[in-house]
Amino acid sequence: MTVSLAGLAVSLLLVGVAALVSLLWRLGLELSILWAALRALVQLLLVGGVLVLLLAPGRSLWWSWLWVLLMVGYAGWTARQRAPEVPRLLPVAAVAFLAASAVTMAVIFGLGVLPLTSKTLVPIAGLIIGNAMTATVLVGRRLLEELRDKRDEVEARLALGQPSSQASRPYLRAALRSALTPQIETTKATGLVFLPGAMTGLILAGVDPVSAVLVQAVVMFLVLAAAATTTTVVALGVVRRLFTPDHRLVAPSRS
Amino acid sequence: MWGTLAIVTDRSFSLRGVVVRRGDRAVLDDVDADIPSDGITVLWGPSGAGKTTLLRLLDRLDVPDAGTVSYGGTPLDDLDVLALRRRVGMVFQRATPFAGTVRDNLAVAAPDADDDAVRRVLQRVSLDAALLDRDADTLSGGEVQRMCLARTLITEPEAVLLDEPTSALDEGPRRTFEQSVLELARDGLTVVWVGHDEEQVRRVADRVLHVSEGRVTT
Repeated sequence: MTVSLAGLAVSLLLVGVAALVSLLWRLGLELSILWAALRALVQLLLVGGVLVLLLAPGRSLWWSWLWVLLMVGYAGWTARQRAPEVPRLLPVAAVAFLAASAVTMAVIFGLGVLPLTSKTLVPIAGLIIGNAMTATVLVGRRLLEELRDKRDEVEARLALGQPSSQASRPYLRAALRSALTPQIETTKATGLVFLPGAMTGLILAGVDPVSAVLVQAVVMFLVLAAAATTTTVVALGVVRRLFTPDHRLVAPSRS
Repeated sequence: MWGTLAIVTDRSFSLRGVVVRRGDRAVLDDVDADIPSDGITVLWGPSGAGKTTLLRLLDRLDVPDAGTVSYGGTPLDDLDVLALRRRVGMVFQRATPFAGTVRDNLAVAAPDADDDAVRRVLQRVSLDAALLDRDADTLSGGEVQRMCLARTLITEPEAVLLDEPTSALDEGPRRTFEQSVLELARDGLTVVWVGHDEEQVRRVADRVLHVSEGRVTT
């Protein structure tokens, strides 16, 4: 199944519907909606172009690995932009994405769930890193809020002689729990409430539904593991930056 | 005494040339002060004078921008901070109950404390042992602050730092808290108490250090 250029143009009517809602309700979001749609289209076309190059027959897998590294860097930068209040998030996020990628790819490719080719590596890495980025922003913000709001409690624990790793643990666990819960809820509702993107895409592209379901199941588990790994690494990294080596809580800035 | 080895540890604090800045403002400005081991030393002065900052330096929750803070004659820089904080406990102005029961709170401080130790420490702060399994969030203001004191005492510190611990309490609970601390000091605990209520200072202080505009005078 393919979408013609004319079909794509017609589908822009749907963007028009969204813009119309904004106009009718005087939300002032029309330009924002049009800009978002245009930007998404251009980005997708650019990525499509890159994928054509990466997936060309005979192209070395190393190009795909390079693409993965670029995605890690860009996602780290985006996470930092989205949560500027979290100190030095970029390097922490980059390490977390690499850790999430290593863990999930070790299972998916290392244990032969999928063959390691450019065609599998690029989209799988994109899924991992995309979800890891969302999880990073969530857990970074939540942890900062926890330590900011419960500062008195944290210092009371430090004053009892607890090392910072121990004094921060209840708040780290709360942040992890709240960052992972949406992912778990999504996983639970899959299939019943909505058909996830990968599966929808595969079915539209003509793959038989059972194969699409199997791929989707793998993708869901992968995303879950990626979120869990990322949030853990980010939370530990952020905690290290919020405490001094002599176990003092550095005032998290409110700016 | 013949045949007895008396070990007296030095539990005094001293500050020499201590400066703490917040932006351009000096919260503590070239402070020299001595806090001896015995009795209750009150840091007294108006709000914003730098009393809490000074107290936090003694537990190394803050560090000075210049100068030296010492405990028992040793600069805090040379002490293991975790060991220092077990020797010097602190109770904060706003009560800080942790999630769970009173027993859970004490277990955070001393996971290995047996039931006897737990009951003894409650007695020292005049809290009924029947409260042990009550959720800490359901205690009254006076009870929760005494629980915080008990939580500090169960680590068997040599000194306790109290940051306006009764400022949120009514007269009755305030007097009970004071009484507990007076008895602790009589039992040999070093107490440093931050306060600004003159009446209270008169009741509890063995000596007063006056803190004003970042300076300390006796």
